[in-house]
Amino acid sequence: MDTNASHRLRRRLLKAAHFVGLFLAMAVICLPGLWIVLSSLRPTVEIMAKPPVWIPETLSLDAYRAMFSGAGQGGVPVWDYFRNSLIVSVTSTVIALAIGLSGGYAFARYRFKAKSAIFLGFMLTRAVPGIALSLPLFMLYARTGIIDTHFSLILTYVALNVPFTIWLIDGFFRQVPKDLAEAAQIDGCTPWQAFWQVEFPLAGPGIASAGIFAFLTSWNEYALASQITRSVNSKTLPVGLLDYTAEFTIDWRGMCALAVVMIVPALTLTFIIQKHLVSGLTFGAVKG
Amino acid sequence: MKLSKLSAPTLLLLPAFIVLAVFIVLPLMFSLYSSFTPFRLTKPDTLWVFIGFRNYVNVLTNAEFWVAFGRTVLLLTIALNAEMLLGLGLALLVNKATRGQRILRTAMMFPMMFSPVLVGFQFKFLFNDNIGFVNNALQSLGLTDRAIPWLIDGNLALFSIIVAEVWSSTAVFAILILAGLLAMPKDPVEAAHVDGCTPWQTFRYVTWPYLMPFAFIAMTIRSLDVARAYDIVKIMTDGGPAKRTELLWTLVGRTAYGDARMGLANAMAYVAILLSIVFTVYFFRKLAAARQQIGAEW
Repeated sequence: MDTNASHRLRRRLLKAAHFVGLFLAMAVICLPGLWIVLSSLRPTVEIMAKPPVWIPETLSLDAYRAMFSGAGQGGVPVWDYFRNSLIVSVTSTVIALAIGLSGGYAFARYRFKAKSAIFLGFMLTRAVPGIALSLPLFMLYARTGIIDTHFSLILTYVALNVPFTIWLIDGFFRQVPKDLAEAAQIDGCTPWQAFWQVEFPLAGPGIASAGIFAFLTSWNEYALASQITRSVNSKTLPVGLLDYTAEFTIDWRGMCALAVVMIVPALTLTFIIQKHLVSGLTFGAVKG
Repeated sequence: MKLSKLSAPTLLLLPAFIVLAVFIVLPLMFSLYSSFTPFRLTKPDTLWVFIGFRNYVNVLTNAEFWVAFGRTVLLLTIALNAEMLLGLGLALLVNKATRGQRILRTAMMFPMMFSPVLVGFQFKFLFNDNIGFVNNALQSLGLTDRAIPWLIDGNLALFSIIVAEVWSSTAVFAILILAGLLAMPKDPVEAAHVDGCTPWQTFRYVTWPYLMPFAFIAMTIRSLDVARAYDIVKIMTDGGPAKRTELLWTLVGRTAYGDARMGLANAMAYVAILLSIVFTVYFFRKLAAARQQIGAEW
């Protein structure tokens, strides 16, 4: 009886500890983001207040209105940055996806010499730190005169995204049984048809998430963009975020608002792909 | 006609080869060359002067460089270990949850969507000594009556940067380890239970070996872009105060664009590149070994 009771107590305590631990972890994960959102809605006076104001008295969308009302307010051309980010990210994603599709397929379906060495070689190009790569690219682009254009940024991001796209797409094609394409070919499909009508649709969701991942990489990239972009012509949002600190003081509210604008597309897209992303990274070892 | 003689995989890999060769390998060769010249952006002619290994000698005998190098290694060691442990803990916690797993898993991914620039900005805001959330909270709770200079004191600034780095990347570990936990067969754990293993023994000798490949996948992904820390540091402290948080990458950036000494910066960059490559190769090999160990079909 006694051992029974103590056992029950212990289990209840463990359960409580588990709950508290989980709650704390989630609080640490979510709180910083929520704080940014909240700060973007509060008047600057409240952000700066001493002693701190914890319960906001007034909430308004002023910061967003000021940001999108053109270059006048605050002087940060958010629309231009947003458009640049979108053009660069989308274009580079499409190209990287096409290249990654053919490369990933080769890794998943064919045996060839030095396969793992080539794979590792591809990955190593991704491991080059952005700032280190930015030095020669800066010099080359400045010489050829394509610095500060969408074109140069797109090409750079394609090269940046190809290795990881190949990794992911390789993983997705491995989940599609080889027999299916062979069966289709026996039934009279050409290899080309077998690929597009059987294998591609099956790996489709995975390929889409590889694309979204590439998009996010370009959308978030800073180290390279901060050096190869110079003006409104090609500056992307992450670089534009620093415009708010260019002055002697920092416009915290404006920065928070821009941060929210940057995170919302990323948030939405990541929700869509989360399941596929994990299974692609683990080479299909997981049924998520 | 000649094209059709190439085998299918070669043909398929060709575009990737070309892109990577032109935009990564070629520029790197160029920067390798310029690291042997005293090239300065302000004096274009200096690109054609060859000075041998003088830049490298300069770099390798420069105390400032070694301090930054040591600090980078220190930061990576602490951050990666902390991320690994916290990620494992988080994955185990979420895996144990009986309700709301889907929501928890989604929330867990939250920091992954933040670009490093945003992470840097966010923690710069939270750790601001005057208006930051952390100091406000500590003062409101009465834990301290003066403002703690999180980003102004050298050691605290490095600590704050590590916090930001760990916050942003723990998710990678947590998600992949959780994937491993979900994919794990239940029988071995039950067998261990029946055989009288303690929970710790079960974890150490049954669960952990199974999770290892997943942990290494996470490590490999992280090692591919450890240099993301550059963005965070650049925003939070920009190497300050008084270079107390200067990392290899910020030092390269400052030498190249601040002082316009491209040749010297390229020599430094090569050390940074080598560091990254050693890192990545190490974890790739670990990954391959771990995969063989569990004998899974990859």
